[in-house]
Amino acid sequence: MRQFIQGIAENSHYQATHLLQILRQIQSRYHYIPKAAIEQLSGLLNIPRTQIISVVEFYSFFHLAPRGQYELLISDSITDHMLGKKSLLDYLAKKLDVAVGEVREDGVVSLDNTSCTGMCDQGPAGLVNGHALTRLDRSGIDKIAELINQQKPVDEWPVELFQVDDNIYKSGLLLNQQIEQGAALRSAFKRGIKETLKEIDYSGLRGRGGAGFKTAIKWQFCSEEQQTERYVVCNADEGEPGTFKDRVLLNSYAHQVFEGMTVCAAIIGAKQGFLYLRGEYLHLYDKLQSILDQRRQNGLLGINILGAGLDFDIEICLGAGAYICGEESALIESLEGKAGIPRNRPPYPVTQGYLGKPTVVNNVETFLAAAGIAVNGGDWFASIGTEKSKGTKILSISGDCVRPGIYEYPFGVTVQTILNDCGADDVLGVQIGGPSGTFISNQEFDRKLAFEDLATGGSFIIFNSSRNILDMVHNFAHFFAHESCGFCTPCRVGTALLKKQIDKIVDGHGSAGDIVALEELCQLVKSYSHCGLGQTAANPILTTLERYPDLYQSRLKEISFEPGFDLDGALETARRMANRDDAGAHLAQTENEHE
Amino acid sequence: MSKAITIDGKTIPFEDGQTIMDAAMAAGVYIPHLCHQPEFTPHGSCKLCTVKVNGRNCSACTYPAMDGQDVLNETQELIDDRKKITQMLFVEGNHFCPSCEKTGNCQLQAVAYHLNMLDNHFPLFYPDREVDASHAEVMIDHNRCIFCTLCVRASQQKDGKDVFAVSGRGIHKHLIVNAQSGLLKDTDLEVTDQAAHICPTGAILIKRTGYQVPIGERIYDHKQIDQVSLAASGSRPDAAFPPSLAVETEHLKHGE
Repeated sequence: MRQFIQGIAENSHYQATHLLQILRQIQSRYHYIPKAAIEQLSGLLNIPRTQIISVVEFYSFFHLAPRGQYELLISDSITDHMLGKKSLLDYLAKKLDVAVGEVREDGVVSLDNTSCTGMCDQGPAGLVNGHALTRLDRSGIDKIAELINQQKPVDEWPVELFQVDDNIYKSGLLLNQQIEQGAALRSAFKRGIKETLKEIDYSGLRGRGGAGFKTAIKWQFCSEEQQTERYVVCNADEGEPGTFKDRVLLNSYAHQVFEGMTVCAAIIGAKQGFLYLRGEYLHLYDKLQSILDQRRQNGLLGINILGAGLDFDIEICLGAGAYICGEESALIESLEGKAGIPRNRPPYPVTQGYLGKPTVVNNVETFLAAAGIAVNGGDWFASIGTEKSKGTKILSISGDCVRPGIYEYPFGVTVQTILNDCGADDVLGVQIGGPSGTFISNQEFDRKLAFEDLATGGSFIIFNSSRNILDMVHNFAHFFAHESCGFCTPCRVGTALLKKQIDKIVDGHGSAGDIVALEELCQLVKSYSHCGLGQTAANPILTTLERYPDLYQSRLKEISFEPGFDLDGALETARRMANRDDAGAHLAQTENEHE
Repeated sequence: MSKAITIDGKTIPFEDGQTIMDAAMAAGVYIPHLCHQPEFTPHGSCKLCTVKVNGRNCSACTYPAMDGQDVLNETQELIDDRKKITQMLFVEGNHFCPSCEKTGNCQLQAVAYHLNMLDNHFPLFYPDREVDASHAEVMIDHNRCIFCTLCVRASQQKDGKDVFAVSGRGIHKHLIVNAQSGLLKDTDLEVTDQAAHICPTGAILIKRTGYQVPIGERIYDHKQIDQVSLAASGSRPDAAFPPSLAVETEHLKHGE
């Protein structure tokens, strides 16, 4: 092991910023991060062991205790549940003789849940040793169980288990016409760098991650910073449940995304760029590396790009299972080899980002659009969409519809149009923008997707009338509690309390005061949390409570108060100690039970 | 003309580079806080110092003061919500003030007094947390840790060491120490380190000093935390140490 770790540390030039990448290799080889590895790395990277431990304990894909040689994770997105995930997981656990969350006694296999793996249009999905599994069904599980019991190496497993499809059903401005390699850079150099920034400004392009900050302004701010060492970061940590468009863009439009990053580098004066790829998209890694190599060979990356004097290269960094790293400052912390904890702002990344240097962080789709605009001009983009939301939006559509997949629409499209196109009938409502977004009911399908109405990073999950909205709320509450980084009190404790409170109501233990308490807690978490995760964590509850108050009420008991825990159960130890089991040694849980 | 902000309508001058908290403290305006101490890099995690700046919630300890800001501090809404945030800190750990040797000197307890917190409001978590009493002179009771990272920062920024860190995610956050064994005794922590004295709660305690000052004669038994905090941030040379701890370390220095 010493030699192995020495080797990977050396390959990473002993840089602590590469800690995640180093730990990924150790986890992959040993299926945990051994103590001895932490000690050795601490010396090699010259960082305290506590820094390494805190990273290991922060990311879901790292473990201090051994996992199985086959680490099986099943996606816990609401869309997976809608496709029958729960019974499949039970089946898998039985078939492999391992409990969920545990390692089988022989150490061969471990099984657990994981947050949405970005395969909502082809779930139920999972990961085996980091590689994406799609369209799981009982026969697939039989096959997997057999392969594991034969201890067949994952790279010898049948490819159909890992088949990932693009499922593009509707193309628009961006998806219709991929630019030629180098076209955006040639246009930018020909037109002039400043003029190209003007075109991007004129296009009205706003960040596609959901927040919608104007791209040209971000790039301009960064370019005006005094510090001349600057960075470009592409945020491909697509963790919002129900979103998978960046996976498709990186699978089929990666050249254009990289070209957008390179145009950005030319404009802001950056020499180094990063693609922060979520760990769940490991299956794209080799392909993306070879595209980068190809671009270097074609003079589109590296020294003196296209002979225009631009030096720029891109490195791919993989995440390790943390939704919070989609928040730009948490992403930067992660790039620096640390736990993904959002920074205090100001300063913003454009002034102090990666290693404290000015950094532009944009979504995959933003760079894709920027490259298109560099070729076709701002008017090409601005002529489509609405006044405040120019251009198109690429949506990831999943849930109850005939054709889940990727759809590109001009901004301003109505929800009803989308539902018609993807074949959704008998719709109860749609979760727009993922758990952190908004739930809209079937009374609101004339609303528009646009920054001024329903802003979205692209997640669009459809629920038909057979679904129970509270199942969704329950799933999302657990998701946020699991993904909270724990930095600030309102989110750390608040998301855990929201989870408890929703469990209480969904399990039928809620009483009259519990809805009021729930709402009050939602407001607290929303108003006081440090970053977007906490500020939006209560949205699923607030938006459904507003639309379906009766649904919540129907789950309540008709009593004024019920304890949040099992009163009688809590007395069990005392009963054992006192050797008593008479009626006087028992407590009723509710008022009603007294009678 | 010098730059100024207003806090609850009162004009407060500030200098460039100051946060809202800095400006407020210098002007004798108390904003509740637990993870902040003026001599360390602000952390902004406890969120007790949340104020409304031009209508938006901001952490006073990290948010820069800017000319003309209209800051609201003592509104009923903020006071109520700060109380709830304090209650959150209570329920996520195991805090039993009457049996805690830090009672009366505990800033968490004092902030709760200040905000008139009379119950836990939220259901208790009863987490299973441990005590590390391995070190000869200092102990950690993880039940009382609120993850303010003051010990982490004090160790790095004052003691020139790296004894503490906060690890884990979400509600599973926990304090860890820099030793292969994971035990405090195997770190390079010394009882004279500022990190050993900085804890605002009873999570890090100096052994055998807990009852040198009797209950009833402790800092917050007689004074509100706002008075103590403002006095400490003023011209007092021992600003970093609450008075009782300053006394405690005096004892230690003299080998008592």
